[in-house]
Amino acid sequence: METYINQLIFGVGPYLAGTIFLLGSFLRYERGQYTWRAMSSQSLNNPPAFRWASIAFHVGILLLFFGHLFGLLTPTVVYTSLGMTPGAKQIMAMVAGGLFGLLCFAGLSYLVYRRLFNARVRANSSPMDTFIICLIYLQLITGLCTLFVSMDHLDGAVMLELAHWAQGIVTFQAGAWHYIVDVHWIYKTHIFLGLLMFTAFPFSRLVHIWSWPVEYVARRYQIVRPQ
Amino acid sequence: MRIRAQIGKVLNLDKCIGCHTCSVTCKNVWTSREGMEYAWFNNVETKPGVGYPKEWENQERWKGGWKRLDDGSIQPRIGGRWRVLANIFANPDMPAIDDYYEPFDFDYAHLQKAGDSKTMPTARPRSLLTGKRMEKIEWGPNWEEILGTEFKHRSKDYNFEGVQKEIYGQFENTFMMYLPRLCEHCLNPTCVASCPSGAIYKREEDGIVLIDQDKCRGWRMCVSGCPYKKIYYNWKSGKSEKCTFCYPRIEVGQPTVCSETCVGRIRYLGVMLYDADRIEEAASTPNEQDLYEAQMDVFLNPHDPEIEAEARRQGIPDDWLEAAKNSPVYKMAMEWKVAFPLHPEYRTLPMVWYAPPLSPIQSAAESGRIGYNGAIPDVDQLRIPVRYLANMLTAGEEQPITHALERMLAMRAFMRGRNVDGVEDTEVLERVGLDVATVEEMFRYMAIADYEDRFVIPTNKREYAHSMYDGQTERGGCGFSFGSGCNAGGGEDADVFGGKPNNKRNFFSVRVEKMGN
Repeated sequence: METYINQLIFGVGPYLAGTIFLLGSFLRYERGQYTWRAMSSQSLNNPPAFRWASIAFHVGILLLFFGHLFGLLTPTVVYTSLGMTPGAKQIMAMVAGGLFGLLCFAGLSYLVYRRLFNARVRANSSPMDTFIICLIYLQLITGLCTLFVSMDHLDGAVMLELAHWAQGIVTFQAGAWHYIVDVHWIYKTHIFLGLLMFTAFPFSRLVHIWSWPVEYVARRYQIVRPQ
Repeated sequence: MRIRAQIGKVLNLDKCIGCHTCSVTCKNVWTSREGMEYAWFNNVETKPGVGYPKEWENQERWKGGWKRLDDGSIQPRIGGRWRVLANIFANPDMPAIDDYYEPFDFDYAHLQKAGDSKTMPTARPRSLLTGKRMEKIEWGPNWEEILGTEFKHRSKDYNFEGVQKEIYGQFENTFMMYLPRLCEHCLNPTCVASCPSGAIYKREEDGIVLIDQDKCRGWRMCVSGCPYKKIYYNWKSGKSEKCTFCYPRIEVGQPTVCSETCVGRIRYLGVMLYDADRIEEAASTPNEQDLYEAQMDVFLNPHDPEIEAEARRQGIPDDWLEAAKNSPVYKMAMEWKVAFPLHPEYRTLPMVWYAPPLSPIQSAAESGRIGYNGAIPDVDQLRIPVRYLANMLTAGEEQPITHALERMLAMRAFMRGRNVDGVEDTEVLERVGLDVATVEEMFRYMAIADYEDRFVIPTNKREYAHSMYDGQTERGGCGFSFGSGCNAGGGEDADVFGGKPNNKRNFFSVRVEKMGN
């Protein structure tokens, strides 16, 4: 039974979540683009603290995202050939992740408080708005908790297992879930919440992450269109 | 030369009575929806005052409009492209809803339901943001109506720049005027330039500036970019919305709702031809006081046969060229020079212009002496300081305002002489460079202001019909809708993708979407 659940969540789960994430995003963009927006509540409540909290949260979570992306998906051979041991990489990941995590945590704590307890923001939050911010908060907390577990084993072995799992998933290796069967439950929780987040992504305000407006730096200031 | 046409507008402030009919009819059509209660695409402010939102004219505070750099180029005052993107997580220059006002409604039902009591029941206010009781309303959409609030608050008005304002706080010297405001549909709009998503655009055919509701991502940079603060963030839909210049009406040759319903008949709509190649140069004019003249240089004379031939060659339809010749906007702005752009120093080249208001002769009341400049009262004696109007309409340059006011006074003196005293005093006209034929035309347009003279709007060409929005006759269509056409995306009930239901009060709603050919 436990094996089955492990396989379901960490073997099949990523593909289910990934499919919903990609297909859902595509369909929402195509069929309901009017709902595709960042849904800022800055106009309802805009104290100076909000600005710094929002910046800390966004910068923190972007760094964490790219940290995970490169940390998990860079093949081991790339950094070992540069003379870095898995242990050293784990330390680096823990320090960087810890700092970014704390930055994000500081900002997000304020934002969660504001969303739940500021009357105007509270009144204008959809259930999904509240769910997604709490999910991210929980995800961030479990992520920070893994640091304490990781301190007990600094040889990089668990990190390699997680990386192999991630690399196995994105390269469609059928048995990838075997890699993380034995890791600490805190890592498993963290991964599970991550999959949940990908699943919820197209149904929430998170879709605005797709819309990073990079084309702005290259375009002309004025836009004229025919009717 | 790239010739384009735009439906421009003039508001004759001399006749505005501050009745707010424009604002109310506009609101009923466009913004009577949740999320937009606080937004007035058209509002009428009493000046002097800080306005709506508070201190909107103070660009030190809100960073709207353009800034000329040392190298002679211009960029939005909120910053260059990288700076705008760097502020994307939290916009530091955005007015929050309290700078407009917290929208509220009243418990009217209580008036009927209240039980027997010794006192009259009252309808107390409730916030439309939270649904909670508001004990005291601190600010509203028109809090300064007819000089409401203390002078020391209102005197923060940016147009007092260079005016000894203290004396205007005294009852004997006080003055006021109405300023109806809407989107300026600028030739060089900062909102378009500051939109990271590229969702805001100017229409080629008629110059109307619109927000593509599908492409808007709600980054809110346009709210900061617009120096007139005429873009509003809809906190319910998460998108920005703005005055549409009632484009579905304009397309079928009808005036905008605010213009149509103006009881003072102060609003004029007409075609202006301009050279799109000269916009950037004009907006970059070094001296702010020269921007008014620079913008006039961008406009083209529709009576010039060469311009007409070139415009026709570039595809401007004939009836638009005909309308341009009869344009009341062209007459008032270019021929008579009695209308001016609102705050040209923002470098946006706005297309809603204003004829300045006359005001009672100030010193006459206190001393019995009136300074006369020939038969015309000296405009320096007008109750509203010329410098105040100049700060509003010509970046502080007083001469064009004085000239316009003198012409309007001369028109009055001449027509009064003719109709009341039975004399033709042409001397008064010569002093201000007018002849009898011109002043009769000015009188016809500015004083009589017949419907046909005020609104000269060419209807859309049959050639454009396939791409035109036809809300009245469309069969099987969904009428006005939210962005996604007839899809449920936010327009009907909440959809699976997290769209919030907008159907509570959407008997009219905004449709600003890409219309494919």
